[in-house]
Amino acid sequence: MSRKIFIIGAGIHGFGRTPERTGLQQGAFAARQALADAGIEWRDIPCAYGGSDAAGNADTMVNELGLTGLQFTNVANGCATGGSALFGAYSAIKSGEFDLAMAVGFDKHPRGAFNPLPRDWNLPDWYGEVGLMSTTQFFAMKIQRYMANFGISARTLAMVAEKAFANGALTDHAWRREPVPVDAILGSEMISDPLTKFMFCSPGEGGVALILASEQKARELGANAVELKAAVVRSRPPGSFEVFSPAIDIERGGSPTTNASRAAFAMAGMGPEDIDIAQLQDTESGAEIMHMAENGFCADGDQERWIAEGRTRIDGALPVNTDGGCIACGEPIGASGLRQVYENVQQLRGRAGRRQVQGNIRGAYSHVYGAPGVSGVTILVK
Amino acid sequence: MLVNAIAPTLFAVGSLDEAAGPRLLGARRRADGKLHFPCPPNLDPAEWGIEELPVNGTLWSFTVQRFRLKSPPYAGPEAFTPYAVGYIELPGAIIIESRIVGVPFERLRIGMSMRLVTEPIALSGEVRISFAFTSREDAA
Repeated sequence: MSRKIFIIGAGIHGFGRTPERTGLQQGAFAARQALADAGIEWRDIPCAYGGSDAAGNADTMVNELGLTGLQFTNVANGCATGGSALFGAYSAIKSGEFDLAMAVGFDKHPRGAFNPLPRDWNLPDWYGEVGLMSTTQFFAMKIQRYMANFGISARTLAMVAEKAFANGALTDHAWRREPVPVDAILGSEMISDPLTKFMFCSPGEGGVALILASEQKARELGANAVELKAAVVRSRPPGSFEVFSPAIDIERGGSPTTNASRAAFAMAGMGPEDIDIAQLQDTESGAEIMHMAENGFCADGDQERWIAEGRTRIDGALPVNTDGGCIACGEPIGASGLRQVYENVQQLRGRAGRRQVQGNIRGAYSHVYGAPGVSGVTILVK
Repeated sequence: MLVNAIAPTLFAVGSLDEAAGPRLLGARRRADGKLHFPCPPNLDPAEWGIEELPVNGTLWSFTVQRFRLKSPPYAGPEAFTPYAVGYIELPGAIIIESRIVGVPFERLRIGMSMRLVTEPIALSGEVRISFAFTSREDAA
């Protein structure tokens, strides 16, 4: 008999730029908020998984929160760091070893695009030296081909970003909180054609913590809980097209996102039709469009009509990135995937304030994607 | 000679000297027949076979790099000029990422016919030989 896992507490440190706090302190801030939300103390937590990409070792957080001697595992899994921390906490409870666990992620990146080093990615130096090793180039070329194949317009790209800023304006933890009109997005500086500056997210800062519990523990605490029906991380299959690829296979294949999505739906015993809101990786607006299809929510090419009809807006049939996603919140790598889950928890509990999706929402989906081709998916149910 | 190439194992030996033009090398894993580019370092000839890649192909996708990437890893000049990059499908072989030269940005189209060329590129102040692709359509 498989144990049910619940999220009973969620905390966040505002995303953006916070010069007065280190990345780790932002993580600890989120941890304290999650504990208060769950109505428990740090000393009650026997097990934690946490990580950052560029802001230090998560386990040193015990200096901030207290030397309780808990089992704390550092997670370093690139863009899937948060998703992997969540999977660690999920598995720790599912195994029966623990009844309570924390997943925490935080980060603090310098301004501007990331500068990955080829050797860290098992690539030759020349690939970086000649100027081919760039996440922005990858996303631009993936959406460029997708637009040609499936009839997606540049205006639709801009409408995705316009929605992100509109949602960000309603979100306390968002970084970008001013609405931006479609024409201003289209007219902003071209970064990597067809993507303009306002269509991209920026590396940033932030922290998120979630507290997971077994069913019995959640009941014992009388928690305002949502069930974590699935937590899945998948690396890339043959023939996928990923960031930092000097070459790709002529036989085209699937994607880590498609595989993670299918596995998560199978684990949850659910399908895309059971999902009421979705947080999908939007490194740039094209990524959100392609990920709508890769996660099974629409067919390739449907997005042009869906977005024109406003289906993915907060008042639409399938609200996507209700807190403005990466475009409005920025992308602190270690925290980004957990932010999506935080947002789903708040929406399912009816605590999302001005951005609250109306009606009886029950199924909430999150999807994080990153280098070098890894996707993490979660499904929550109220 | 290949002393000035951006990497010693990228080009077929002698291919930078010959009038026939450059050829790139790929490595095919014997176990599954999959072609890789560039050749993995220190490869075991028992497991990998080296072969020359086709020099002609079609543009699979493209973009324009409009801002100067951070150094490291980028080693180009401080004074930045935007450049085109793309993936070129080499029929029956592999799809490889490359700079694209000699094509005005607004004329780049998926499916356009491309050919391999060499391109001198200043890296950390030293001119090295890189590979690039250009349009075949202007020559036709």
